[in-house]
Amino acid sequence: MTRRKPIATGSDWSFDVLEQYEHAIAELAREYRLDTYPNQIEIITSEQMMDAYASVGMPIGYHHWSFGKQFLSVEQAYRRGQMGLAYELVINSDPCIAYLMEENSLMMQVLVIAHACYGHNSFFKGNYLFRAWTDASAIVDYLDFARKYVAQCEERHGVEAVEQLLDACHALQNYGVDRYKRPSPISAAEEVKRQEEREAYLQTQVNMLWSTIPTPMSERAQEPPLDSENDPLGLHRHGRYPSEPQENLLYFLEKNAPLLEPWQREIVRIVRKLAQYFYPQRQTQVMNEGWATFWHYTLMNRLYDDGLIDEGVMLEFLQSHTSVVTQPGFDSPYFNGINPYALGFAMFSDIQRICQTPTAEDREWFPEIAGSDWLETLHFAMQNFKDESFIQQFLSPKVIRDLKLFSLVDDDRDDSLQVEAIHDDRGYRRIREALCVQYALSAREPNIQVWEADIRGDRSLTLRHVQDRRRPLGQSLFPVLRYLHQLWGFPIRLESVEGGDVVRRYQWPIPEPARESA
Amino acid sequence: MSYFIDRRPNARNKSAVNRQRFLQRYRSHIKRAVEESVNRRSITDMERGEKVSIPTKDISEPSFQHGPGGRRTIVSPGNKEFAEGDRLRRPGGSGGGGSGEGQASNQGEGMDEFVFSLSREEFLDFVFDGLELPHLERKQLRVLEETRPVRAGISREGVPARINIVRSMREAQARRIGMRAPLKRALREAQEALSQEERKDPVLRNPARIDELKAEIARLEKRIEAIPFLDTYDLRYNHLTNQPLPSNQAVMFCVMDVSGSMTQAHKDIAKRFFLLLYLFLERNYEKVELVFVRHHTVAKEVDEEEFFYSRETGGTIVSSALQLVDDIITARYSPEQWNLYVAQASDGDNWDDDSSTCLQLLDESLMRKLQYFTYVEITPHAHQALWEAYDTVRSAYSERFAMQQIVQADDIYPVFRELFRQRTQS
Repeated sequence: MTRRKPIATGSDWSFDVLEQYEHAIAELAREYRLDTYPNQIEIITSEQMMDAYASVGMPIGYHHWSFGKQFLSVEQAYRRGQMGLAYELVINSDPCIAYLMEENSLMMQVLVIAHACYGHNSFFKGNYLFRAWTDASAIVDYLDFARKYVAQCEERHGVEAVEQLLDACHALQNYGVDRYKRPSPISAAEEVKRQEEREAYLQTQVNMLWSTIPTPMSERAQEPPLDSENDPLGLHRHGRYPSEPQENLLYFLEKNAPLLEPWQREIVRIVRKLAQYFYPQRQTQVMNEGWATFWHYTLMNRLYDDGLIDEGVMLEFLQSHTSVVTQPGFDSPYFNGINPYALGFAMFSDIQRICQTPTAEDREWFPEIAGSDWLETLHFAMQNFKDESFIQQFLSPKVIRDLKLFSLVDDDRDDSLQVEAIHDDRGYRRIREALCVQYALSAREPNIQVWEADIRGDRSLTLRHVQDRRRPLGQSLFPVLRYLHQLWGFPIRLESVEGGDVVRRYQWPIPEPARESA
Repeated sequence: MSYFIDRRPNARNKSAVNRQRFLQRYRSHIKRAVEESVNRRSITDMERGEKVSIPTKDISEPSFQHGPGGRRTIVSPGNKEFAEGDRLRRPGGSGGGGSGEGQASNQGEGMDEFVFSLSREEFLDFVFDGLELPHLERKQLRVLEETRPVRAGISREGVPARINIVRSMREAQARRIGMRAPLKRALREAQEALSQEERKDPVLRNPARIDELKAEIARLEKRIEAIPFLDTYDLRYNHLTNQPLPSNQAVMFCVMDVSGSMTQAHKDIAKRFFLLLYLFLERNYEKVELVFVRHHTVAKEVDEEEFFYSRETGGTIVSSALQLVDDIITARYSPEQWNLYVAQASDGDNWDDDSSTCLQLLDESLMRKLQYFTYVEITPHAHQALWEAYDTVRSAYSERFAMQQIVQADDIYPVFRELFRQRTQS
């Protein structure tokens, strides 16, 4: 290969130079079949980056104090020098918006273009979760719609009322997704158009559901249930409502909460839709970062091989890349959990290695991919998995050995911790299994579903927490129940169930005698 | 397909609204922190923002989470010496497995204080929150010395520099439409008549009529052409008039007793009080001048350095200072042009017969000119004659006279707040 002249050297950049690098990277990306949305690359200042941070990466967002809190903490950390700002921020939209900070050196800008505009961007476009759950072309419009709608509500109903409602919705935003249903894509135009119809329709539906007059528990118990002779149509025999447990709490509240005003339902919907947009990101952190890191590494090396960057830039790059993929050990003062960049990069690089130079071990563990076309296999892995299944499928003994992973069992009935598995023949599968569970959303967040809405009785809402391995709910559940109560308007009960038995019950409002004893 | 956009010139502070929302929501927390900090920090420090911390639990956003307990498996990197089946002591005693989960320790109990910075402006806003400037009545100048040009609509005459282009063009367009309309109508009629005439059978045509119509059309077109695009008649000018400016300047007299009984600690307390008042006035007036008057048995106008730090001994005659203030007002600060404030600090000592003189001086001369008079007495002891005398003044001018006792530095801020508390309109 003929080495070309470097496009630029040193650490200063200009728009002209960046455009040339962008072209060069785009060319290479085509060679590697990285399919991306068009890139919209925006150069911003560090203050603007802090703003972007505070709005959790949404280019436009509605106003809420929690974003202000986010902003203040970022600002504080940045000023004290505790934290450098990320060099880039990328938004899953079409065109894919990437923010580059003006302070970045030339190397950093090129790295970020490779990382965000080709790595993350192709992941957003290719990964099945993003394809199923998000509509990149609609998100910016939808955010704009949401912002305007919330602002309108603030004008009409007061900032405080809207803030209260958003607080309550935010507390439940991890419970705003139907995991097993393909959601309808969001579209701002559609939303506005359907909004009025929906408001009217929703209200009639809710009214029908709640048209029975509530009777207190005590009275109801005295009435014997009507037998089939007196109630041949079965009007008084009724099953649970909803007949199936509902995992999408926000959806259930939006459709069924008896007292919410139509505009309040809309806001619940907005929070739910935005939660849905972020749902894939929560499940693909390792893959997404790993994929982007793998490609910036590969692309930067190609640029160097082709002579488009010189040794100085390359050395600077290697230094920066190394610190990104560092994984401190569990006993290091810098340890802060598993570094998704490190794990993801190690895994994707390892897949490439398995394809290109498989060992006997690889042939035994990965008969399908050992020796196959690496690019094909890498794309397949990127497109069809999430962190949980990606680890389950592709975590190789070599990566486990390299990272020296080990698994510990922490059981509150045992006064010591036990090492369950380490990086040896007996341990590989167990570690893989445990790590896979660690990344499963279902294990990270408590499994809580709507069990019953007592529509004929006291209108209380009962939730069920399916407890896993005796792991109880944390203390934060009471404030959440309070928020639920605000949304639902009637008492909230929560039962923790393990192995078919109810092991613990919670209630809000806390019943009087309990409050006295507390 | 990629394109670059330079967003740097765009507005910063996209988060300003959210930031304000946050400050609003945690007002009471922030206020408490600000109050503590005012008491703690040296008053010369008032010119900077403040770091405020709020307990994290008060501002947490709750969500369903796993609590400690139960059985969990944690995968961590960096094994060095563990072998399968090893049993380890739980780190940090009872709590179930905090170390393994990076996420939990990020937001969990590791940080129990949420710390952020207020800017200077925000800080002072909180300091002066709910305070009212005593009698902020803008002095109207009788002799209109200072004026300010203000917009006063549109006029037909003016200098070219003040031409209002939009209005002028609008007038011109209206005029053009208005003047053309009858001509255009006549032109249209003439053209119709001409084409009617021309469509007639050649035999029936009237050449004279055609010529006449053509001439008419030419004449009308010329007239339409001749209507000017812009006429001097159209020109409109922004009209400015000079408005007398309400006085926006204040002078603050700092009066302090520097007799032997005032220790440096007393002076420091007094200094803080003066500075609070100064900052307060500075926020409300464009221009605030300071006059320092110190006194023992005689009063003297001094500069700031000497005011606070030079030592004097001797007895105390308060009226000497009041008299000097009165003289300075007469000489330099006409009450018509200046908002006058007096802040006096003393330990309450006074020459026995002097207090009644003070009373007389205040009542007959000073209080009529002043916007406000504040008096702080820095003493843990019982009040003396001066306090009694001032009390009389207070009952006479309750709206414009305030006095408080300060025992130690911590009291300053509450006392200051008390002095300038917003009075609810009855």
